[in-house]
Amino acid sequence: MTLLAIVMSGFVIGVLAPWVVRAIGGVAGGRAGVGAGWALAALPATIACFLLSHVPGVAAGRVLSESFPWIPGLGIDLSFTLDGLSLLFALLISGIGALIMVYAGRYLAGHPHQGRLFCFLLLFMASMLGVVLAANVLTLFVFWELTSITSYLLIGFDHRRKEARAAALQALLVTGLGGLAMLAGLLLMGHVAGTYSIPEILARREALQSHALAPAITVLVLLGCFTKSAQFPFHFWLPGAMEAPTPISAYLHSSTMVKAGIYLMARLTPALGSTELWQWLVTGAGGVTMLAGALLAMRESYLKRLLAYSTVSALGIITMGLGIGTEKAIGAAIAFILAHALYKGSLFMVAGAIDHETGEKSVDRLSGLRRSMPLLSIIALASGASMAGMAPLAGFVSKEMMLEATLRSPLLGWLLTGSLVLGAALLVVVAALVAVRPFFGDERPTPRHAHEPPVSLLLGPGVLAALGFLVALAPGVLADPLIGPAASATLGAESHTHFKIWHGLNLALGLSVLGLLAGVGVYATRSRWLGAASATRRLDGMTPTACYHGLLRFVLVFAESQTRALQTGRLRDYLMVIFISTTLLVGYTLFTRVDAPTFDNLAPFYWLDGAIAGLILLSSLAAVTAKHRLLAIIALGLAGLGVTMFYVIYAAPDLALTQIAIEALSVVLFVLVFRRLPDFRSLSTRAGKLRDAMVALAGGAMMTGLVLMATAFPHTESVASELAARAYPEGHGRNVVNVILVDFRALDTMGEITVLAIASMGVFALLNLRERPRTSPIRPHAELRP
Amino acid sequence: MNSIILRTATRFLMPLILVFSVVIMLQGHNKPGGGFIGGLLAAAAFSLHALAFDPRETRAALRFDLRTIIATGLLVALGAGIAGPLVGKPIFTGVWTVVAIPGMGEIHLGTPLLFDLGVYIVVIGITVLMVLSLVEQEDAPASSSSKQEGR
Repeated sequence: MTLLAIVMSGFVIGVLAPWVVRAIGGVAGGRAGVGAGWALAALPATIACFLLSHVPGVAAGRVLSESFPWIPGLGIDLSFTLDGLSLLFALLISGIGALIMVYAGRYLAGHPHQGRLFCFLLLFMASMLGVVLAANVLTLFVFWELTSITSYLLIGFDHRRKEARAAALQALLVTGLGGLAMLAGLLLMGHVAGTYSIPEILARREALQSHALAPAITVLVLLGCFTKSAQFPFHFWLPGAMEAPTPISAYLHSSTMVKAGIYLMARLTPALGSTELWQWLVTGAGGVTMLAGALLAMRESYLKRLLAYSTVSALGIITMGLGIGTEKAIGAAIAFILAHALYKGSLFMVAGAIDHETGEKSVDRLSGLRRSMPLLSIIALASGASMAGMAPLAGFVSKEMMLEATLRSPLLGWLLTGSLVLGAALLVVVAALVAVRPFFGDERPTPRHAHEPPVSLLLGPGVLAALGFLVALAPGVLADPLIGPAASATLGAESHTHFKIWHGLNLALGLSVLGLLAGVGVYATRSRWLGAASATRRLDGMTPTACYHGLLRFVLVFAESQTRALQTGRLRDYLMVIFISTTLLVGYTLFTRVDAPTFDNLAPFYWLDGAIAGLILLSSLAAVTAKHRLLAIIALGLAGLGVTMFYVIYAAPDLALTQIAIEALSVVLFVLVFRRLPDFRSLSTRAGKLRDAMVALAGGAMMTGLVLMATAFPHTESVASELAARAYPEGHGRNVVNVILVDFRALDTMGEITVLAIASMGVFALLNLRERPRTSPIRPHAELRP
Repeated sequence: MNSIILRTATRFLMPLILVFSVVIMLQGHNKPGGGFIGGLLAAAAFSLHALAFDPRETRAALRFDLRTIIATGLLVALGAGIAGPLVGKPIFTGVWTVVAIPGMGEIHLGTPLLFDLGVYIVVIGITVLMVLSLVEQEDAPASSSSKQEGR
């Protein structure tokens, strides 16, 4: 139960979070957010402690797993497993989650929707934990989609701003489309492997890779991973997502959600990895993303966007390592995941703290803050040094490991190494811009008077920065027990990865120093490069962002034109479409599949039936030819009552009762709208009436044929008798109709009443909105257009 | 509408129709009736009230916002469905218990009855919502909107 509890507790507490904030607000007044942040951090902190207690066990090779039947008929279990890889990610998610809760409590203190923010954050955390702990591909997919939805809510948290809404939708569409491709890939994979259980799939590598569908599976699954982890050309949603408040960016877009794609690639490496296709795709995407992210960062001057592009670049480096697929490369990728989560989470929170205390977002207008915020500047320097890859920090060790891996890559070794050195040099520039530039030089006035941020804003970045030292200087404490088992799980074999700070005077160290010096050189001469960087803006018309907007525009224009064509707003057009299509479709099937109708099986003729049928026919004719509206209404009601009589005669009292009630209410509704209706006029031309009559006759003929066919079929295998037989013993009811509605097919009824409820909301909205001035009939998401 | 006859008749009819609607709802499992029909009947009673008196008085008599009533009905129906998984059966499986009441024989109580109650509440909510919305439109000035409905 423990793993299930870990995942589910976030959902439960998350839903309760708004009440927690309100309750604490009752005690603490205006400081409610800060208190609630500390209180709610208890949940992720507890989960992190629990996971920490499992570190020695997992390092010794024990795997915790549990399974609950969910949809046993389809082989879908709610199953979870905790191995080295899951443990590393789950620890990052819960540990950083706890720090973020505290941070968010202070950062958005007093915000009217703070409870909602905590709710979304906890739901997101629970979904992420579900992704990394799931041991069934479909369970994993459900949580995967939940992270997309919760991140949509989080990015769009500030939903009154157009940019935030557009960014949220962009992230949702890009990751959602990738998710759909991934679902197809996962289903194919389950089909080929014959199981949806992840451990079993991983054990069937040969069967999977020799199958003809293997390339399709690889490409589809990778599409999901690439969109989620912002790989080129899907990277553009990540900088856009910086519209979210900083605690959200720090949590989702540095250390957790963007790593979900990385996680899945690592998880499936034993099954899909090290084929030629996988290596080229993953390594190629990673390498291009690394360079593209780093180069695009050069054009930015806003703190968060700089960090976002550098995150894209770092994700590229990790992906590249996973693509190379050697023991060293995978070890390096895992080490990089840990190092990156620590320094990037810290730097995002530093950027947020700067913005919070000074009101300034651009590095070009920040300077000399070290005097007013000495502690924050130390934290920023430590994390920035880790990002730049300086000793003795985690970033240095992971970069060193990655360089050694690329040097020995079986594939394009020198090209990858060269790109990595270039990428690392550019990351040095970003690190200097974010962590050095705002704090040194002369003091400059800022919109708000700068002072040291409070403890709750310093705790998160401080802890993460300190951990950056700890894992590098004392790898035995935390780094090795985490990275070794994670690398082994990714490799599918024992991995001898160690987080060593000193690898000797080798080529990798030389290249590392070279990259660092090049980065410092570029930073020192940055003003000269800025012109070249902004010259690339001329290419913006061809970027993936532009493609996305073009595609979105096309979909909207298409939707608008076909809506205009189909939705005339006239009831008679809709009825015409319904009748014609039903008649054609049913008629076609009747003609081609069934023998011609016969009149052999008809029941004997009763005068009473004939009289009622005549009444219905006459009243229908009267309704059609009526010269006054009231007459038409009465005639229609009469036809309805005639049908009710048939129900009574043929022993369907429930239907009869319902029909009478509906007829009565229809009359009431008619009376209510009577005065509002326009003059009763004949709008149809003679040809139009002829057409309508033909459609009506064809519809009637089709129904007659259908009834004749139905009566011609023998009744022996009827489902009705079975339902009638089971109604009392199993449904405890003698009214079979009702038992079907509320018991046998209760799910259908639930769906129906839900639809009714939604329809009534539509009626309510339409009736209450129509006094407003009328604009264009369709204006879908005008803000989507750039 | 301002008719003393209708108002007086409504005062007497309302409780009768409402009680009858509950009877119809409850007996539905064994005899003709059920939540849907019962709900329509009760909605008819409230519609009568709205016509005889004022829609505002009907809203006051209902005590709760109609949207809240609809949501409550959906929750009751959903709650009846959740009972199945709680006793280890698939969702929306009926869970029954037989209660013996001295002098009255046995009564079968089960979640499908609760589900039907949910249907009853939802149907009342949506029907009255639509009727009241229309009645209130009727009371509002008709000048600005009548032109838009030419089609």
